[in-house]
Amino acid sequence: MSEQKVIMGNHALSYGAVTSRVQVIAAYPITPQTQVVELLSEMCADGTLDAEFIKVESEHSAMAACIGASAAGARAFTATSAQGLALMHEMLHWAVGARLPIVMGNINRSMAPPWTIWSEQTDSLSQRDTGWLQIYASSNQEVYDSVLIAYKVAENEKVSLPVMIILDAFFLSHTSENVTLIDQKDADRYLKPYNPKYKLNIKDPHTFGGLTTPDWYMELRYKIEKAMEDSIEVIKEAQKEFKEMFGREYGLVETYKCEDAETILVAVATAASTSKQVIDELRAKGEKVGLLRIRFFRPFPYEDVRNCLKNAKKAIVLDRNLSPGAGGIVFQEVKSALYNEPIKPKIYGYIAGLGGRDITVDTIYKLFEDAKKSEPADIKWMEVKL
Amino acid sequence: MKYSIPQKELLNPGHLACQGCGGALALRLVLKTLGENTILTFPACCWSVIDGPFPYSSVKVPLFHTAFETAAITAAGIKAGVKKVEKEYVHAVAWAGDGGTYDIGIQALSGAAERNDDIFYFVYDNEAYMNTGVQRSSATPKGAWTTTTPTTFPKSENKKDLDAIVAAHNVPYQATACVSYPEDLTKKLEKAVKIRGFKFFHILAPCPPGWKTNPEDTIKLGRMAVESGIFPLYEIENGEKYTINMPSPKKELKPVNEYLLKQGRFRHLKENDIKEIQDNVNRRWEKLKRLAGV
Repeated sequence: MSEQKVIMGNHALSYGAVTSRVQVIAAYPITPQTQVVELLSEMCADGTLDAEFIKVESEHSAMAACIGASAAGARAFTATSAQGLALMHEMLHWAVGARLPIVMGNINRSMAPPWTIWSEQTDSLSQRDTGWLQIYASSNQEVYDSVLIAYKVAENEKVSLPVMIILDAFFLSHTSENVTLIDQKDADRYLKPYNPKYKLNIKDPHTFGGLTTPDWYMELRYKIEKAMEDSIEVIKEAQKEFKEMFGREYGLVETYKCEDAETILVAVATAASTSKQVIDELRAKGEKVGLLRIRFFRPFPYEDVRNCLKNAKKAIVLDRNLSPGAGGIVFQEVKSALYNEPIKPKIYGYIAGLGGRDITVDTIYKLFEDAKKSEPADIKWMEVKL
Repeated sequence: MKYSIPQKELLNPGHLACQGCGGALALRLVLKTLGENTILTFPACCWSVIDGPFPYSSVKVPLFHTAFETAAITAAGIKAGVKKVEKEYVHAVAWAGDGGTYDIGIQALSGAAERNDDIFYFVYDNEAYMNTGVQRSSATPKGAWTTTTPTTFPKSENKKDLDAIVAAHNVPYQATACVSYPEDLTKKLEKAVKIRGFKFFHILAPCPPGWKTNPEDTIKLGRMAVESGIFPLYEIENGEKYTINMPSPKKELKPVNEYLLKQGRFRHLKENDIKEIQDNVNRRWEKLKRLAGV
């Protein structure tokens, strides 16, 4: 029987790991991620979860431990945030190059200095080139469901790549919502045990990751890109099966009232949920507005983004992140996705909510107002006190 | 009684080690005793190259190449993974050089030792970053030439006492060993395979190109290092029980100068420098004897 629980986003991640029957967990505490691994520690200790928990001395080691465990054929899980994710950076590349289907939760937190613990997406977006699939969640139910979907996709032979599930600090991580937990028997039918073709096995010894000359390195990179491209179909299939079994539907993107929309807001994570209220209110006033929420940032959903935006007059991209010198990261990618389209919208880039500052209904109103009366620009700042 | 080492070979010929490489011999000897029931992980070190370029590999056991600073934790991850998947015992082995152990890998090493992870950690110590072309590490002895400590300004700091650092973690078993004494190494390995928890081996591995020595002198140099007390062979159990294997604590140490002068990396040393090294070796030897209660 499925079960209803009112839980915070961090615990939705923990329960997702439990329902996915993870076998090895290695993690290091960091605010605002800590509760993810606290709950998992308790569950390992009381026997609810039959997993090895390695309490490592750094995030770099957390990822290295997951890599070792995954290479041995185990389902591995970790979670981190901001500085921890940055410390892992070298090993994020390693997990991808070694083609290991590790799943990690990252609680979006802004980068220091100055010290900060609040939400921003620059931490995970600056890992976009490592080759991890990235899912940005907008509700606790989505966090929980995405863990199962992530393992199913990651472990598919056509993919064999790690997946990062990303949730906003505090707006999701510490906010309690009603979450339906999947019955273990049903989950086991959806997500089979991990049984990789290649692993560290004394009965069939192989060497992994040895020195590779320019003769072959490029081919291995090509295969990673191909796997990313192929993952789109694998994701669609995994999410279709998820809907058939559990009734909840997910896409690479979520569109909201976009069919006839003239102005479409593009956003990720919780800022997207907030904007739905604004869209409803503007629609009530007769304005043709809609929302495109990007759920998978890697692989980048080019086709869905183009299909959604190509007939709009204006696309407004809201970025809670910053690539200094180049503006919002989501904006850059959306803009490049549209470049070769014969008909395309004018595109506006807005930066808002850095360092965990609220993106309120009011903020989103102002953004639509500004786009209505101004010319497009690559970078426009919302509510800066300077 | 004559003690023999196993005939088994789990290292293929044709690997890419330099002539007279102590590090290659060290792994060959270790695999003989650990056997097929072993999974290796190498961080960046000479062995990243020695093993052979893709698609070749010289070892006949599974091997996972990992990042420089992660040998200990990658082995711990492998151990945990195998435990969940295969439900059988394997030797998870971290095999690292001195740079990957004394310097960049010491955090992960300390973490695994403190958790008493059930792994083997081997450092094959050639006393510098040899794979990148002889740069000083914290394992480089005082007075040695390297490309970052030129003869006009040789290394001015003593070698880090890593064995004492590991001992401070009270790990179940640790030992020093040298490729010149395969029987001693084999005996220690046979003891260690029966122990669950963290096992640490520090193996002196002479390096002809880095030490500027003749390849045929590798074994002789290892013996001289041990007999002079520069690299005594001993075991520590639970961080407390010290046992000296070689040289005999009852005999006088051989002088260090013959060992030093046989190596190009020390050739610039003056009489006073050698005396200082001798005094330091004597002091350390007396300390070790005190710890061993002899």
